[in-house]
Amino acid sequence: MNYFFNKNGPLISTYFIIAIVFWLVFLIIIPQLYMLDLSFRPNLPPLLRGGPDDVHTLEHYKYFIFGSATSEDPYNYVDLGVFFNTFTTAIFVTILNLCFCYPIAFFMAKVATPKTSRLLIVSLIIPFWINELLRSFALRIIFAGEGVINNILVGTGLIDTGINFIAADIALYTGLTYAYILLMIFPLYNAIESLDTNQLEAAKDLGSSTFRTHWRIVIPHAKAGIASGCTMVFMLTAGALATPVVLSSPNTYWFTQLIYQWFNMNDNWSRGSAYSILLLTISVIFVLLMMRIFKVKIGEIVR
Amino acid sequence: MSADVELQNVSVTFGSFYAAKNVSVKIKQGEFFSFLGPSGCGKTTLLRAISGFLDPSEGKVLIGGQDMAGIGPNKRPTSLIFQNLALFPLMSVADNIAFSLEVRGVSKIKRRERADELLELIALSGQGDKKVHELSGGQRQRVAIARALAIEPEVLLLDEPLSALDLKLRQKMRTELRAIQKRVGITFIYITHDQGEALTMSDRVAVMNEGELEQVGLCDDVYDFPNTPFVATFVGENNAFYSKVISSDGETVKVESEGNVFIAKAGKIDEQNKHTFNKGDEVIMFIRPESIFINNQNNKLDNNFVAKLNTIEFEGNLKNIYLSINPNMNVRFSVPNAVDTSDLSQNKNVELTFSSEKAVVLPKGSLAVD
Repeated sequence: MNYFFNKNGPLISTYFIIAIVFWLVFLIIIPQLYMLDLSFRPNLPPLLRGGPDDVHTLEHYKYFIFGSATSEDPYNYVDLGVFFNTFTTAIFVTILNLCFCYPIAFFMAKVATPKTSRLLIVSLIIPFWINELLRSFALRIIFAGEGVINNILVGTGLIDTGINFIAADIALYTGLTYAYILLMIFPLYNAIESLDTNQLEAAKDLGSSTFRTHWRIVIPHAKAGIASGCTMVFMLTAGALATPVVLSSPNTYWFTQLIYQWFNMNDNWSRGSAYSILLLTISVIFVLLMMRIFKVKIGEIVR
Repeated sequence: MSADVELQNVSVTFGSFYAAKNVSVKIKQGEFFSFLGPSGCGKTTLLRAISGFLDPSEGKVLIGGQDMAGIGPNKRPTSLIFQNLALFPLMSVADNIAFSLEVRGVSKIKRRERADELLELIALSGQGDKKVHELSGGQRQRVAIARALAIEPEVLLLDEPLSALDLKLRQKMRTELRAIQKRVGITFIYITHDQGEALTMSDRVAVMNEGELEQVGLCDDVYDFPNTPFVATFVGENNAFYSKVISSDGETVKVESEGNVFIAKAGKIDEQNKHTFNKGDEVIMFIRPESIFINNQNNKLDNNFVAKLNTIEFEGNLKNIYLSINPNMNVRFSVPNAVDTSDLSQNKNVELTFSSEKAVVLPKGSLAVD
């Protein structure tokens, strides 16, 4: 501590410490702990808060599993379904994203000339200068019943009537995949780029096919980048709100939409908190799972 | 199995730059052949053309008499050892060695057998389960060789694989490489900028400069009978005397340099023919530092001159003695460390002598050290 002060001077040191403490305590620890606490409390009108009824309870978590007391069903099929659907779709989108981004990242890192690869990076980044909501609406226009794609397909006579991409959730999958593409490409790119190109040539020289070179050399080398990209994309996809609101079919609910409803429309912050904690838990479980599957440490993922 | 390699008028261009220019050479079956040249001379380019990572812009590469055009590196009967070895760090030593068998669908048991066999060849028995990073530099080197030999290639290509090792290990590995080559009996093509490596290991060397072959020949021929001033100064050390021809009889040439008259052999154009010289030609006479002696009654040779001593440099086994004939003309010779040089003091004039048999006259051309 003394060393830190001597090295940076009193002014900068104090600023650093205040900034870091503020960030950790006020922006991360207190809100999370508050939300955790709130999730175990009944939803009371402001006047009753802190009174004798304000006790810790599992009511919101029970509600998530069993539904309301007045319901006929033994379980809360709707919310559990949405939760499960969000989880599986997020995994699907993550895998789709990985399959889509791996060739691009490999091309940029090992095949393209530095100039081409810089150009590619720029053209990947520029669309993300536009707000996520606007990008989602743009995709909605492209995928709409009378949208660009349908017009082209019908116009060329490939199909007779337009396909309902939105009802089939194709628009949603595309939107979610596209929304976080950079967070997959860059960790992959960094990981693949650090691979010694001679290893690729050595494998080829020893008779390896392209597929096997990737399977045995590139992917094992890039696994930390793959795990990193997958966890980020999964978390952000599972936690996305704008894209599902704009692009999901009327029958598809995203779990974040439920959370939003509890907080904003039903004014039930406790239940919203409980649902948020559930989403957080599943995300953390997913990260741990990825670390187990790819046999990487947390330090490698966040690198 | 071993194959010969023939390059027929091979040129490799990058834009308008010739990385290799009209290279023709025939490398015999089972030969240890080295391409020797300074960095950027195109030797690695040639190796890549032989291994198939690069297509020659002109000319042909033939391996075992078969034209290799359109055949990729994974289909050629060659194995390449990379400068940084390019071992796979995430695989065990045995998996590294057997990788070429794995990609050919050889069963796990057979792969392990072959890996163990090769580990024995490189004297690393029982170390197959180690990770690459657990091995020392010299051991990694040997693993890289074993990995390249696993599929029994007909030609082994080596791209300066010893350059990352320290001196002692490098000397030891030279002997080992040569021994391995003798044992497996396949053609080795070795790339290096280190003339010591090339001369100690190879049967024949090709000296390259700026993409072109300067000379191809047996090691001692290249050393004793350089064909060009570049070869004379790149391979080993040499004193260059810029001179004018006084007379020539085909075998020997009499030249004049800075007031001294010397007799020397006429240099060769190729293995058979010698250069011819006429009176007044501008030439360079080369004499190696180890062929110059201090003149005394016992060893008077047919060339004599006087030079002023500048410095004596201690190199361990040798002492290098730097002198100047005049301010523009320096000369250097070396004596074994055992020779007493205590009577040589700075600025003293020293009488020197050398044999015309050891001096070579070549037409003027660029030197390696320019």
